[in-house]
Amino acid sequence: MNAYLRPALSLVLLMTLLTGALYPLAVTGIAQLVFPTQANGSLVRDEQGQVRGSALIAQAFTGDAWFHSRPSAGAYATVASAASNLSPGNPALAERVKGDAAQLYQAQLGPVPLALLTTSGSGLDPHLPPEAVAYQIPRVAAARNLPPARLQGLLEQATLHPLIGPPVVNVLALNQALARLSD
Amino acid sequence: MHSYDIALLLAFFAIVLLPAPWLGRFYYNVMEGQRTWLTPVLGPVERACYRLAGVSPGHEQGWRHYALALLAFNLAGFVLLFGVLLLQGHLPLNPQHLPGQEWSLALNTAVSFVTNTNWQAYSGEASVSYLSQMLGLTVQNFVSAATGLAVLVALCRGIARRTSATLGNFWVDLTRATLYGLLPLCLVLALLLVWQGVPQTFTDYVHALTLQGAEQVIPLGPAASQIAIKQLGTNGGGFFGVNSAHPFENPTALSNLLEVGAIILIPVALVFTFGHYVKDLRQSRAILACMLALFLIGGATALWSEHQPNLALQSSQVQQTAPLEGKESRFGVTGSVLWTATTTAASNGSVNAMHDSLNPLTGMVAMINMMVGEVIFGGVGAGLYGMLLFVLIAVFLAGLMIGRTPEYLGKKLQAREVQLLVATLLVMPVGVLVLGAIAASLPGPAAAISNPGPHGFSQLLYAYTSGAANNGSAFAGFGANTVFHNLMIALAMLIGRFGYILPVLALAGSLAAKRSAAQGLNSFPTHGPLFTGLLLLTILLVGGLTFLPTLALGPVAEHLSQVY
Repeated sequence: MNAYLRPALSLVLLMTLLTGALYPLAVTGIAQLVFPTQANGSLVRDEQGQVRGSALIAQAFTGDAWFHSRPSAGAYATVASAASNLSPGNPALAERVKGDAAQLYQAQLGPVPLALLTTSGSGLDPHLPPEAVAYQIPRVAAARNLPPARLQGLLEQATLHPLIGPPVVNVLALNQALARLSD
Repeated sequence: MHSYDIALLLAFFAIVLLPAPWLGRFYYNVMEGQRTWLTPVLGPVERACYRLAGVSPGHEQGWRHYALALLAFNLAGFVLLFGVLLLQGHLPLNPQHLPGQEWSLALNTAVSFVTNTNWQAYSGEASVSYLSQMLGLTVQNFVSAATGLAVLVALCRGIARRTSATLGNFWVDLTRATLYGLLPLCLVLALLLVWQGVPQTFTDYVHALTLQGAEQVIPLGPAASQIAIKQLGTNGGGFFGVNSAHPFENPTALSNLLEVGAIILIPVALVFTFGHYVKDLRQSRAILACMLALFLIGGATALWSEHQPNLALQSSQVQQTAPLEGKESRFGVTGSVLWTATTTAASNGSVNAMHDSLNPLTGMVAMINMMVGEVIFGGVGAGLYGMLLFVLIAVFLAGLMIGRTPEYLGKKLQAREVQLLVATLLVMPVGVLVLGAIAASLPGPAAAISNPGPHGFSQLLYAYTSGAANNGSAFAGFGANTVFHNLMIALAMLIGRFGYILPVLALAGSLAAKRSAAQGLNSFPTHGPLFTGLLLLTILLVGGLTFLPTLALGPVAEHLSQVY
């Protein structure tokens, strides 16, 4: 029995030391040196140094004067993140989507983009597709007394076009740019 | 399909297929103890491990000793992880002061990570401390994958060797698989992920004041190092609760490509490793062709299905495009479906979109990928030894058809081998159908479902399929964290893991002991399109047909009820 016990126990402990302690410590050391911003959560700070969020984590934006984030099944809770897990045929999904659509619908803009009506997988999706931002421009422009064309320009500047993924807009970055525009 | 969708698919196949021949040879060299370019750095560490553990690396084991060593190691790992999860409240590196896990949850979690399943009945950021993530979960991510790799090379040796009483040394195989096979790749991937935005820190969660003045807690942790091995080791257990849908776990389209490619990078390469063992790369190409064909059939079906709008949302006020519920904007539909097909084909089980909200036929492809026994690439090591079982079954069926004693690469398949093969065929039906049926027929456990209609049944079916297949993904609305499901799914995971490993090792031992007959004109060739086709049919008929009635009750019924 000892022929198995000693190697089993020692190798579990040795592998714990190597892969559970030394490996994450090595990654942390290099990451903190080379990519300190990302390694610490891509935090966004204001002029006073106060943390205003993370570039990667959605915030709840309410009211007419801000671009709203993707809806969140967990009310933008970060601990713990959550999804709706509604099946496509669940009546609760159709009820929620159609209810929200009735509120957001503007005849001159056409049907409401699906990204504004569906919750994301994480509940913390920091992005929106550009057309879902464009749908909000008339509302934000009216609330801020800004010409829609300026917001359209803002949107075009903020749109990211990855080679291997759909175009997206970071809503927090867009709203920060919006706040600067109003100042 | 947009141009970026096509670019994503091309890039995906390029990063998993192009390095495979080179990487496959590297794994052969590593597992056979040959010198590689990493030896100057890792050689001294390796030798120190053997010295401290009292292992003589030159000493080979027969299949029984090899299996006992494997079981002892897995048991020791289980006990340590179970203990850490129960006691994390009293242990250091717990800045959130999280309490220990409830016993059935801790048991389920420990079994889940030891068996390379990584089923998660908990949410990482809310119930697992930094210490548990690192010393507990990350370690099992490494060594469970290394265990799979060890079993695979034992089987390869069994097929390749002649009149040999031994299969290698488990301790050596495990150590070399971890040190050379997994650690260096993980280090590279972890740093690439940090570059893309995945956190890697030991500081406390950060409190932020949002633009509109609300308080927001930002969870952090040593995430990148764990996510790298979670993908490369076909583990799939997320650092955060929503897994790779979380923007910290998978921040960009590029990180998505790296993570989804990492799922099958090693499993694809190992197909070539097998070719080096048997000194015939044509065998590798035949097997790889079959895996690719199955992957493409399922993947194309899922892509088509998921690009169909959800008819339940039809309204003049709602844009009628491909469903986005449970999907992240930065991945889009194609990036999500590619992940779904890959993670279920490869027993990884991580998700970047919520499978519960997928269209019914997309969810069905995910289930079929698992039901055939995780052999379409499959887990690290586990996928290929599962596939080799199907190869032997196909050879046996071909032998029956042409009326000769079946043989594979010169090894005759006789009564004992066929008995062992049949034993492995029972694993998935027992794990999914028997345990699933018990759960479905008891009122308490069946209450865990959260969606109405046939989809509710699919949730339960998916849970037990995922457990038995050692996948770990879920229709996550399923309320799995009850004592009943924690214990039953733990049982399904154990059956699904060791129900294969033990017969595979016995088979390896039995094949290794045989003489190798010269391959004459009479033997059925196991390379070329004819054999690939036979293998594909064997997998679908023997592996898949068993589950057809359950699929009819779940996703097929759900699809039909939506369309009509």
